[in-house]
Amino acid sequence: MRGKQSFASILWNPSRAEMSEPLLHVQDLSLSFGGIRALDAVSFAAQPGRITAVIGPNGAGKTSLFNAISGFYRPQRGSVWFDGADITGVPAHRRAAMGLARTFQNVALFRGMTVLDNIKLGGHNRLQAGPLAALWYRGRAQREEMALREQIEREVIDFLEIDHIRHQPVAGLAYGLQKRVELARALAMQPKVLMLDEPVAGMNREETEDMARFILDLQEERGLTVLLIEHDMGMVMDISDHVVVLNFGQVIAQGTPAQVRAHPEVIRAYLGEQAVPVAA
Amino acid sequence: MAPGLDLIFLLELAIIGLLAGGLLSLIALGFVLIYKGTGVVNFAMGEFMMLGAYFFYTANVMWGWPVMLALPAALAAVGVAAAVVERSVLRPLAGQPVISILMATIGLASVGHGLVEAVWGGENYEMPQLLPRKPFLIGELLIPGQAVWSFLLAATLIAALTLYFRFSRTGIAMRAAASDPITAVALGIDVRHTQRLTWIFAGLVGAVAGIVAAATTSLSPALGGVALGVLAVIILGGLDSIAGAIVAGLIVGVISSLTAGTLGGKVRDIVPYVAVLAILLIRPYGLFGTRQIERL
Repeated sequence: MRGKQSFASILWNPSRAEMSEPLLHVQDLSLSFGGIRALDAVSFAAQPGRITAVIGPNGAGKTSLFNAISGFYRPQRGSVWFDGADITGVPAHRRAAMGLARTFQNVALFRGMTVLDNIKLGGHNRLQAGPLAALWYRGRAQREEMALREQIEREVIDFLEIDHIRHQPVAGLAYGLQKRVELARALAMQPKVLMLDEPVAGMNREETEDMARFILDLQEERGLTVLLIEHDMGMVMDISDHVVVLNFGQVIAQGTPAQVRAHPEVIRAYLGEQAVPVAA
Repeated sequence: MAPGLDLIFLLELAIIGLLAGGLLSLIALGFVLIYKGTGVVNFAMGEFMMLGAYFFYTANVMWGWPVMLALPAALAAVGVAAAVVERSVLRPLAGQPVISILMATIGLASVGHGLVEAVWGGENYEMPQLLPRKPFLIGELLIPGQAVWSFLLAATLIAALTLYFRFSRTGIAMRAAASDPITAVALGIDVRHTQRLTWIFAGLVGAVAGIVAAATTSLSPALGGVALGVLAVIILGGLDSIAGAIVAGLIVGVISSLTAGTLGGKVRDIVPYVAVLAILLIRPYGLFGTRQIERL
């Protein structure tokens, strides 16, 4: 799946040509719940314009890491840096507004609303008009609304091929489509970093391939920085630039997919002690 | 002519009850807003009504401000009070057991009631007439003007709020924050802000209902009790349903008016509760409430 990148996209996205400052990095992050260490001195970086995957067995601390990065958990130690600033103390909703978008493991759509309403909520931050704006709707609120709508139509709905369902309530949609609407809502936030928590969990082959294609397109065409948690190893190895392996809250390996795949610690974590080849 | 047997008389009672039900629906909406928005049953709704009415009375009658000034001032004051209550009482209790929060709002109601009696005393005040009294004559039916106008006012407010929640950006954000706060935060919605707004909205709704209710009867600390009667309405409608609040408000209005007109005022106070009891036996989640289905 990797490869075939056009010359134009390299020119257009300078972060590709030269390795710059990481857009997101966590340093020495530790988080415990009572006696349980969910994260233990975790450090890694997500390079701009790259796809970084976090993998690990169940209970390794992947989602805890996501929650600490997006601000739902307060780490006891360590820091989270985003776009050159320490955001460790910034509340979750402000981090989202700064351009840190995420999806959730289970579908977290607003069930009473249509696809379009759900997606537009992603653009909520970028609207300046206050709670009373609806009273004089003709003014700024309406202009903002129109601009948002147009951008969402072009960059999100067309791109993800969901124009046929935009007015449907989300509750009745097939699972794969619901996950896609969730991605659409995250994209409507115009994020700098897109964090996806198991984007293809529970999907069939075809749905998984669609999702992988969308994620790759986002990275290659728009230079979006992606951080994802995924159990589907085939997909992780296919699309990731950098893989971080967590086990019992610790980073046990990181590197390119090929490096990680061959790492003895990783093999041990996934397959158990016995499976480590003697020759390795 | 024996009253109560006359069809015209019964029809008149039913219509007056239906019109009075508009205000009950508005108060019910105040309860539903806070329950849907923050998961709290606010027993101090009646105190918002009282505060609104007393603030208005003070500004308009005692200080002689014109209605056009006294009304917004009273509403603004209640809005501020609601925001203060949310910030100082409800927010620190976030995440606590439901029963603790319930007790806190019951406590709030007592404090509010006590404050009103301490400041304004327990006597009855005559409120200025805000709504036109001129009755409407439809055929043989005589409908009091105030009932019609208070109904129209309540209906307009309910419609406006419903549209606001359905279509406005902030309204949609408030709904989102109410149905799934975690996801709302992940989208950059400031949930604490939407919860504060919810309380302010409910406070304003209560204040309007209180001012209108006091203007059609009289102003006394007993005014807050109206809201407790409406709590029956809420349970009838289902705590999380706006449509339920509206319909139940109207139903209780009609039942109250019919029983008061035929069986007397004493019976009126009981009948809605009997109806509620009967409905709860059949539909424990209310007329329109969401049925909880537990997945095993």
